[in-house]
Amino acid sequence: MRVKVNADKCEGHNRCCALAPEVFDVDDYGTATALNDGVVPPELEEKAKLAVQNCPEYAIEFVKD
Amino acid sequence: MGSNPPVDDWATDYDIFDASYVKDPVPVWNELRDKCPIAHTERWGGSWLPTKYEDLQAFVRMVPALSSKNVLVVSQKREEMEFDPVLAEYGNSAPPITSDPPEHVPMRRMLLPLFSPKATEAHRSFTENLCHQLIDGFIDKGACDGALDYAVHIPAKTIAHVIGVDEDRSDEFVGWIRGLLEEGNTDLEKRNKYNRILRRFFGELVDARKLAPRDDLISHLLAQEINGQPVARKAVVGMCNLLLVAGIDTTWSSIGSALWHFAQHPEHRRRLANEPELFPSAIEEMLRVYAPVTMARLVTEEVQVGDVTFQPGDKVLMNFPAANHDPDAFEDADKVILDREKNRHIAFGIGPHRCAGSNLARMEMDVALRVWFERIPEFELSDPDAVTWAGGQVRGPRHLPFRF
Repeated sequence: MRVKVNADKCEGHNRCCALAPEVFDVDDYGTATALNDGVVPPELEEKAKLAVQNCPEYAIEFVKD
Repeated sequence: MGSNPPVDDWATDYDIFDASYVKDPVPVWNELRDKCPIAHTERWGGSWLPTKYEDLQAFVRMVPALSSKNVLVVSQKREEMEFDPVLAEYGNSAPPITSDPPEHVPMRRMLLPLFSPKATEAHRSFTENLCHQLIDGFIDKGACDGALDYAVHIPAKTIAHVIGVDEDRSDEFVGWIRGLLEEGNTDLEKRNKYNRILRRFFGELVDARKLAPRDDLISHLLAQEINGQPVARKAVVGMCNLLLVAGIDTTWSSIGSALWHFAQHPEHRRRLANEPELFPSAIEEMLRVYAPVTMARLVTEEVQVGDVTFQPGDKVLMNFPAANHDPDAFEDADKVILDREKNRHIAFGIGPHRCAGSNLARMEMDVALRVWFERIPEFELSDPDAVTWAGGQVRGPRHLPFRF
């Protein structure tokens, strides 16, 4: 499973990083990026899903490899 | 406020200061969402009131057709404003909240790093000590006013600490902010009076820091450049003004509303006390259900949303609180679910003007509720009829008589 953050949509709410800090990071301006090229190991899939479902900007999506 | 005629038809004549609406707006939003879903009124200078999540998602992105130059839910028209020497000297904008492109982004980027998750975490121990001290002050009495003895002081003293102004003057700051945002909502003379007090306070402080910089937020802002030019003095005064004004009533309301909720819901109170791992999702749920802030946008070019055509000069209220109760966006929207998994609430707004202080507000709420639950896990309203609410721009409880 992989996730992708759309930087144009991200407005820095920091929800993804709060819910899945192993999967996402935010910079000083709040803009999120997916760590590890977005690759989500199976044990973090639930957390990554939560991050997607709590982004008020709909800025994170799952991508198929 | 009380002199305004009662509302017969909310769809065409709503009143955001109607006493029953301020106390509980949810039934009105639910009715309007089915009926309109964008209501209109001529009251208080005239405005539009959207109620659907989807519409709010659209409105915030209509920049610059929907301008942020005037974000107050009730405002004077520019041509009605008299010349004011204090505002002429110190400015009357509050960047970046009142900024449109192109100046919006550089102004906002000056503030964001000061309120990043990391930067706000550095203030956690200050807020924690503060919460304990406040509770020390009333715990032996077995009673307190949750709004006035506890909730209000947390954001007021924390933001004063962050800006680097005298925390001991926080009661005075609260008075100014209430004069501006609460009484000033419906009494423009009062609003202008407190606006002048705030502008002069920060104007003098900014001028002092300009002469003798310190290691504080104001000196830091003064040292910034935009496109190679030092940031304008009036812009720094406006930013400081914004931080204080936006940093107090809002979080006070969120902490107060959460305490009000838990005081009346023993099943939620006990669940949270027994399962502290629920604090993060419970706080998001409190933010969703009791979102305090409504901002406004000024229409600058004709736009269409749903059946409504908005004309230049129209005011549209960013009714984020109502969007958070939209059943098309949230399952069991009117139900409080402490472990709600899917919660894309928009209490802090969305789009380019997302609340720059959201990380600080969340930290304050987290600390305020954790410390309260640790010290006072069992509490209730001693006189439910004595609870009062402020509404309009910022909605939240202003008296919360608790016993424990």
